[in-house]
Amino acid sequence: MSATASAFSRLRGGERVALFLPCYCDMLYPHIGQAMVGLFERLGVSLDYPQEQTCCGQPAFNGGSWPEARALARRFAKVFSPYPWIVVPSGSCAAMVKVFYPYIEAGAQADELGGRVFDLASFLVDVLGVVDVGATFAHSVTYHDGCHARRELKTSGAAVALLKAVRGLRYVPLPSIDECCGFGGLFSVEYERLSASMGRAKCDNILVTDADVVTSQDASCLMHLEGLLERQRLGKRPRTMHLAEILARP
Amino acid sequence: MRPAASAHTHPGRSFQDPAATAGFQAVMRSAIEHKREAQLQVPWAQLRAQAHRLKAEAIGDLDRLLVHFEREFSARGGTVLWAPSARDAVEHVLAICRRHGVSTLVKGKSMISEEIDLNDALQASGIEAVETDLGEFIIALACDQPSHITAPALHLSRGDIGELFARKLGIPYSDDPHVLMTAARDRLRETLLRAQAGLTGVNFAVADTGTIVVVENEGNGGLSATLPPVHISLMGIEKIIARLADLPVFLQLLARAATGQKLTSYTHHFLGPEEGRKAYCVVIDAGRSEVLADPKTRESLYCIRCGACLNVCPVYRRAGGAAYRSVYAGPIGSVITAQLSGHRHGAELPFVSTLCGACQEECPVNIDLPHQLVHMRSRLAPDARDGRKGKAIGAAAFLMQGRMTYALASALVRVALRLAPACRPLLPFLSGWTRERALPALPKQSFKAWWKSRERERPR
Repeated sequence: MSATASAFSRLRGGERVALFLPCYCDMLYPHIGQAMVGLFERLGVSLDYPQEQTCCGQPAFNGGSWPEARALARRFAKVFSPYPWIVVPSGSCAAMVKVFYPYIEAGAQADELGGRVFDLASFLVDVLGVVDVGATFAHSVTYHDGCHARRELKTSGAAVALLKAVRGLRYVPLPSIDECCGFGGLFSVEYERLSASMGRAKCDNILVTDADVVTSQDASCLMHLEGLLERQRLGKRPRTMHLAEILARP
Repeated sequence: MRPAASAHTHPGRSFQDPAATAGFQAVMRSAIEHKREAQLQVPWAQLRAQAHRLKAEAIGDLDRLLVHFEREFSARGGTVLWAPSARDAVEHVLAICRRHGVSTLVKGKSMISEEIDLNDALQASGIEAVETDLGEFIIALACDQPSHITAPALHLSRGDIGELFARKLGIPYSDDPHVLMTAARDRLRETLLRAQAGLTGVNFAVADTGTIVVVENEGNGGLSATLPPVHISLMGIEKIIARLADLPVFLQLLARAATGQKLTSYTHHFLGPEEGRKAYCVVIDAGRSEVLADPKTRESLYCIRCGACLNVCPVYRRAGGAAYRSVYAGPIGSVITAQLSGHRHGAELPFVSTLCGACQEECPVNIDLPHQLVHMRSRLAPDARDGRKGKAIGAAAFLMQGRMTYALASALVRVALRLAPACRPLLPFLSGWTRERALPALPKQSFKAWWKSRERERPR
């Protein structure tokens, strides 16, 4: 039995998978969480949602407030430590736990958690060994790579493979996919003109693809791009959808 | 190192008012394209890993290698002078000038001479200092500051330079690069022949042979070092490499990363002074020990100053070099400026980044720049931002510490989003967002609320 098949059977055998839904998604994009629940139900995996969860601490970390970030990392580790698997519909927040908790020395429990935390695409492809999740979505779709997903987690390949396996979906590669969209957390409001200039360049590339939908693992990038696209008052503009929303379509 | 005086020559050039033109961005883009093409000529990944390892060894063995270099350089008739601070370095240069009666000094390209504000000190001592690198020559004529590590006058168009030359050199206006170059060359040749001393930077100082290696494309560095009877080299302590045999690794990387060239037009090996001439090497710390002492920033001393991280950086491409108000712009500048300036300025710089990591991908010695940027944020946060911002982050983090306080934060977000369209100036945080972008629509309920109602409805 392959490693992934065994992971799948352990999951089917009742090992619990926790959903970490980033705080801003909980507040602003609940449908991403709902899509996660629906998607995993279809795959025969029931997600737990530990209700004590709040924030992974990334804004404090990126803002240079590491004592606050450490406190949130420890809290996160406590809330999620009972779970052998934790899946996060965000490359950025997954990278915070996997890469940056050890970097800020938030303690053994936080360090140890990284191996159990996965972004959605890596969890499906690398852990469950599933590429075709049984989704149907009859639209043209381009994929925007969040920088953490791309460079810290190297999960772009998995995300694109998942999209290509969706029935009816026509995948259109995004030109200059390796260039940042300019969101950058607090950067987006502290240096909004730089942020928007980078975002508009990204929007231009999205429009070049003429795709119906632009998707990503990171709703934060999409929030920024959606906000910019809306201001452009185009006749027809691509919709932004999180990867989970597309994969959840039956 | 002081904040660059470019604010007055480029009004409005700041991170809040990014002014780089489309042309500038296109130049940056093509520099990276050339680099990526040139990488294919050599086993890039292997050389890059090797260079990283060699630099790690050299920086880890700095105390021994510097003394070894001093011994070899002295054995070849040169004199090594140690400069713990920028001020010490300036004093050494002034003392050399006094000793040899120098009234005119020609300069090859040297970033560290900018860093220690040497030109001001020379001028104050009545010594004429003439930049012989074309870009630096232009910058000096314009009383400007370099905006790029390898291409200091990158932000000026040939029209700008034509006007400058007409005004300052008294030649008829032309924007023909050949005419402009010839005008500069005529002026510089004359100065090179009468200068009593020449000063250059150092790309690599080789410990086992005492060799000083300088790479350049214009030939002015070689002339500055060899025409006048006195040659002064300025180097930061991090320029040391252990062995001459290591040099090819770096030479294969440096020019390709900088411009896509296989090699620069000139690679000089200075092996001490000839009979009757003098060679000095001023070895400068100026904050580098602080970089070395922090294991999380140490890697930034591996930098070979190719400029690739600037060329690819989406912030540098848009803001241009002047916005950094530092000799070193771009991602590497954002990491080292505060430390090298003794924390007198540059505290904001690490925050002006999305931490996208493109810089590290392009770095020919694989410096972990994004992680160093975020690390410097934690070190510099108290200096960089007003207390209000720190308190806001602290307050938000506090709200995230408990289930009830989180619920309160969630409710506040809902209120803010509902009120935002009506009273957006009331919410400075939101206006940072809404000047450029629409706000997200407010959902009917949060995921937490949905999950709770789902749990209630589920049969147990």
